[in-house]
Amino acid sequence: MSAPTKGSGMTWVGRSIRRLEDPALLAGQGRFTADLPATHWVRFVRSPVASGRIARIEPPPGGHVVTAADLGAVKPIRPMLHKFNYVPVAQPILAADVVRFVGETIAAVYAPSKEEAEDIAERVEIEITPLAAVTDGRRALAPGAPLVHSEAPGNVIVEGRVKTPDFDTTRTAAHRLIQFEARSRRQNATPLEARGGHAAYDAASGRVTLTCTTQMPHLLRTAVADILGMPESDLRVVAPDVGGGFGQKMSLGPEYVVLVWLARRLRSTVAWTEDRRENLIAGFHSRDQVIELEGAFDKDARLTALSADIVANVGAYSCFPTTCGVEPLMAMAELPGPYDVREYACVSRGVVTNTCPMGPYRGVSRPVITFALERLMDKAAAAFGIDPIEIRRRNLIDRFPYTSAMGLVFDEASYRQTMEMAVEHIDLAAFRVRQKQVRAKGRYLGIGFATFSERTGYGSPAFAARGMEITPGWENVEITMDPSGFVEARIGSSPHGQGLRTTLAQIIADEIGVEPQLIKVVHGDTDRAPYGWGTFASRSLVIAGGASLLAARKMRAKLLTIASHMLEASAADIVLEGGVARVGGTDRSVPIATMARQAYTQTHRFKGEIEPGMTETGSYDPGGTFSNACHVAVVEVDIETGHVAIEKFLVAEDAGRIINPMIADGQVHGGVAQGIGNALLEEIVYDDGGDILTSTLADYLPPTAREIPVIELHHMETYSEASITRAKGVGEGGAIGAPAAVINAINDAIAPFGVSIDEIPATPRKIRAALRRAMEKRA
Amino acid sequence: MTGKVDITLNINGRDHAIRVEPRRTLADAIREDCGQTGTHIGCEHGVCGACTVIVGGDPVRSCLMFAAQADGVPIRTVEGLARGDELHPLQRAFMEHHGLQCGFCTPGFLMLVTAVLEREPNIGDDDLLDVLASNLCRCTGYQNIVKAVRAAAAEMRA
Repeated sequence: MSAPTKGSGMTWVGRSIRRLEDPALLAGQGRFTADLPATHWVRFVRSPVASGRIARIEPPPGGHVVTAADLGAVKPIRPMLHKFNYVPVAQPILAADVVRFVGETIAAVYAPSKEEAEDIAERVEIEITPLAAVTDGRRALAPGAPLVHSEAPGNVIVEGRVKTPDFDTTRTAAHRLIQFEARSRRQNATPLEARGGHAAYDAASGRVTLTCTTQMPHLLRTAVADILGMPESDLRVVAPDVGGGFGQKMSLGPEYVVLVWLARRLRSTVAWTEDRRENLIAGFHSRDQVIELEGAFDKDARLTALSADIVANVGAYSCFPTTCGVEPLMAMAELPGPYDVREYACVSRGVVTNTCPMGPYRGVSRPVITFALERLMDKAAAAFGIDPIEIRRRNLIDRFPYTSAMGLVFDEASYRQTMEMAVEHIDLAAFRVRQKQVRAKGRYLGIGFATFSERTGYGSPAFAARGMEITPGWENVEITMDPSGFVEARIGSSPHGQGLRTTLAQIIADEIGVEPQLIKVVHGDTDRAPYGWGTFASRSLVIAGGASLLAARKMRAKLLTIASHMLEASAADIVLEGGVARVGGTDRSVPIATMARQAYTQTHRFKGEIEPGMTETGSYDPGGTFSNACHVAVVEVDIETGHVAIEKFLVAEDAGRIINPMIADGQVHGGVAQGIGNALLEEIVYDDGGDILTSTLADYLPPTAREIPVIELHHMETYSEASITRAKGVGEGGAIGAPAAVINAINDAIAPFGVSIDEIPATPRKIRAALRRAMEKRA
Repeated sequence: MTGKVDITLNINGRDHAIRVEPRRTLADAIREDCGQTGTHIGCEHGVCGACTVIVGGDPVRSCLMFAAQADGVPIRTVEGLARGDELHPLQRAFMEHHGLQCGFCTPGFLMLVTAVLEREPNIGDDDLLDVLASNLCRCTGYQNIVKAVRAAAAEMRA
């Protein structure tokens, strides 16, 4: 590999270099949590009923069983939000008196092997007096519904309300009102590696190392130490290789608290590997929302006022650290999307039910609100008799910075341009001709568009606006060049598939003139990496990348100072490239490794000019930046079976400066595939009594290679001042836009029947039911 | 269930004499009794394919097979794919085409495809897609897995 750098005008940034993560993973040498041996294996006994009072827990003779009574002073999980009428509720680590959802932890069994622990767990007798349960968000709001928490009357646990001053007059003056209800059923992020933890007690130090499948190791350390009342310095949290997270591995599960408690109690090593059933019933759900939406349009089809009533079913407890406000409040803040609408009214409620707690999942609310808003645009276009593209042209924001009705500042982006790019590449005109031709033969093709913004890389101010007691946002990065010239970058982010070891190395390499292969990015170990917030919310490349750039710039300045001494030249004349510092235009150079050694062993030479050693830190806490994209789906609906085949999927994407195109494309691919799964297949189903019917991967259906078409990508790169690397986040956009594009395409295909599908997933059964109703009406 | 059986698992050419309960799955035995943790367990009910290994030439879900059933049969796992430091063409193709992100499903895909390409080197693109639909990946959207597998298949035929 050649070694481009600043001096040559070539950069590592912008190139699809191979991932530094891959060799170990491909050879089967990755190290995942479940790979660690343990002395004791833990099996959790979980509630088989959705709501009830625990009458009796009887362990089998000789079995080691931990219940709430054993935990003593261990505190519950009690996340806090200081705004939006939030009602704090506590989730016990092990249920003591009542259970509130199927899958809730009641007891922990430990034994020398997993099998023995499972055997004992099956023999723990639990007697629960069932109480009335409620699993549906809107039913939980109805008068007389069972109360999930007595402190939350009406089952409302968080409530946001907003109304702009001129909303009512604008709505009244509207030329046309479009109203409908959009619904997203409940989904599970389904990382291929389920959750798991391994807590090892070290007798010499009294410390515990918790190795687990987390996206936020430092905050997990803080949270577990708080709950157990132990010094945080006695706990080390390690996120080893983590097999995908998609948000599910952000939230604190009670299981980790039990593991650390037990490791300290037994002074030993204990481990738990979640099985798929546990993951599907208790590993956090999401996206369970109903949105009543109304758009007020003027005579030119311009959206003048938007209003929504949002009900988010957040499950039985509030997740830590984001709280259950994460879905309803993000929905409220970002519902207007990339459209220029000045008047906005919204009521958004988080409602508790006897179901698995909601946690963040890739896109958080935005897959749902984008689907709702993009349905509104297509419905309005139909009502006005104009093209779906035309109505978006009239309404998309196109001057920046743009401050939304909710006060969000949209930085430079390319909403219209990416849409026009998508229209051109999909050849919309040709599609319409073909659609008409095949319809005459009884085949139903449809095309659907989704234009949207993806808020990424937001720092502490954005989280503070939500009133979060835990306000994440910033990142610190420490870069050390050791005396041999090798570089270590220690980061507080915690990647688990995003390729950050490679992309951050590319950013750093360009500043300090060494190859990325010499740069080791260290993450996921609270003993090794600086405190940070982990990897979620499309933030790591923007924020940890920005902090890496700032630290690397400092290191660059230091290297230039050393080089100016050693080469007896002005720092301004020196370039760092290919592992050497060179006086530009000459052959006078010194290896960077030699300078590194001098920074440790010859500090007297630079007295007063540099600090000894080669460690620099960078800290970054940006306001946030919006990526944007236009997604297009072309589908064929089989009207006999309701089956949907996606013929083509196209994305025109703008995530600012692309650090590594190969990796960025991979993020979009993966997001789109999840969005397609969310749109067509994936649905967590509870029966009326609160039992969960989708507890295997044969019932809950992530898409396979058969369901995902070729995804065609096109890029624009709008550089925004809002990100110092000019990179915007790209982790969630795929999942945000795809459901809307797919559902719009289905509706375009079945438009001749005069029905509308406004629900995800649009399963064959739902499509058939809608078509059947339409045909009965005609008959 | 305390009665145990003595079996020998031959993994990547090496014998592992182990004593396991009859109910021990092959996946657990490979990982825990033989210490070969490159094979991953994703669902334990035969859907996701993360635990796919090659037993006697066939790709199998090792979570659906008892270890005792594989007694004495040659087993291949991801650890045996490379020759020393030289990656298998399929491993190389996954790296070149970014066919993995978190890497958890990767060993299962590698072993599935290795077995199928050895048996059917000229398999058509559409049949290959059917094969790949045996396993789940949640990160890549399959785009680059398909590209990597097609590239490796072409290279291995050449």
